[in-house]
Amino acid sequence: MLAVLVGYFGDFELAEESVAEAFAVAARRWPAEGVPPNPAAWLVTTARNRAIDRLRRDRVLAGKLRLLEITTQAVTETDVDESEIPDERLELIFTCCHPALAVEAQVALTLRSVAGLRTEEIARAFLVSGETMKRRLTRAKTKIRDAGIPFSVPSAGQLPARLTAVLAVNYLIFNQGYSMPGQAAHLANEAIRLGQVLVALLPDQAEPQGLLALMLLHAARRRARLSGPDGQDLVLLADQDRELWDWPQIAVARDILERISASRGPYMIQAAIASLHAAEPDRVDWPQIAALYAELADMTGSPVVRLNSAVAIAEADGPAAALAVVDGLDLSGYQYFHSTRGELLRRLGRLGEARAAYESALELATAEPERRFLLLRIAECE
Amino acid sequence: MQYALLIYTKPGTVEALSPAEREELTREYYALRDEPGVLGGAGLQPVETATTIRLADGQPLVTDGPFADTKEVFGGYYLIEAENLDRATEIATRIPALRIGGTVEIRPTLGPAS
Repeated sequence: MLAVLVGYFGDFELAEESVAEAFAVAARRWPAEGVPPNPAAWLVTTARNRAIDRLRRDRVLAGKLRLLEITTQAVTETDVDESEIPDERLELIFTCCHPALAVEAQVALTLRSVAGLRTEEIARAFLVSGETMKRRLTRAKTKIRDAGIPFSVPSAGQLPARLTAVLAVNYLIFNQGYSMPGQAAHLANEAIRLGQVLVALLPDQAEPQGLLALMLLHAARRRARLSGPDGQDLVLLADQDRELWDWPQIAVARDILERISASRGPYMIQAAIASLHAAEPDRVDWPQIAALYAELADMTGSPVVRLNSAVAIAEADGPAAALAVVDGLDLSGYQYFHSTRGELLRRLGRLGEARAAYESALELATAEPERRFLLLRIAECE
Repeated sequence: MQYALLIYTKPGTVEALSPAEREELTREYYALRDEPGVLGGAGLQPVETATTIRLADGQPLVTDGPFADTKEVFGGYYLIEAENLDRATEIATRIPALRIGGTVEIRPTLGPAS
């Protein structure tokens, strides 16, 4: 709904407020009068009429009204067929990821407007305060309106470049749902769905397929990843019950990977790594995984990738080699930097330092399964 | 929507052009001014011709030189009418300054006073 109204008015604030008003009207009227035959159409029409009224009343915005050439007749509820309401989420996501917005604003806005995350949740995912994120979102929406960022899918020539940011946002949405199953499990499915839409839109692009394969592989292990009475205890990969993995889904992901294996892109490589992980613990090809991480690190220059490679290096070359890599990274604000150091120090028998590292990780950890895991590890270091 | 396209070049890059190249650039600038949607514009004379005025202790103070000694020099502008930012960007990409390492800032103008 939001997408349709943003498309109509080019103004996020106006669209959001009129959607809220429409729902409020529905909440008042529908219990007494009954739900209309096309509830979605009713809501869109009502929201649109509210926005038109507001534009008429506000003289500053009246110029915008003339620009849109809206007729003076308000559209009645029966005029709009539900099938006429287009799914404009793709326009919305590409607008949110327009290069005229700062990258961090693109990501935040897509998470807010397309995935519907609360500002506070988005703030946590990016290690900033709620206030900072709120300001970021407001600036982005204002920029879209004031600078005239169009509501559209980029032309074919522009699409590949614009896609990179969209894929990054898509993956972040997935990770939010994946790591916080209690609060946001549905986001993982939403992200996979978005990924499928992008694949359908761009059948000749490999990276959307790489990302989809990656998300499917992660999600296939979801049921084995958590245990305990309330499903909030983390189970490490090596200890996961392979019977609980979604093998048909893993097969689908592996089919995708086979089709795109010649196109070496960041998501495709991460998916290849995830696919190698999905084996029996004593049959995991760690040297091959370490090699893929090296390829990925060279491609992206990302310290987080180098951090992730440490686990594979530890398995292939031992924890000391891995710790040497990790200690060279500047990631002190990143939870997994500390938890990885903790693991490696623990394996090296340096329990005092391991405990300190786990405690640093705990200070940054927000997901319940991860907090519990870290507390267990800290207790084991006594 | 109305946009201002503000043109910046790196010092010395315009001066380094041959007379023929500079003539070609000038021709393009004028041609662009005649395009539909371009409301007006002007090239500015070099920064050595600039004079700056500000208030100091409430009194106007006139000094030699441009507003700021920056790495990039403000060299000219266009005023254009465009449906949205992408259309404005399309016009901006045709500005010759870009080909000699320059930058163009695209900023919407304020609407009429309410």
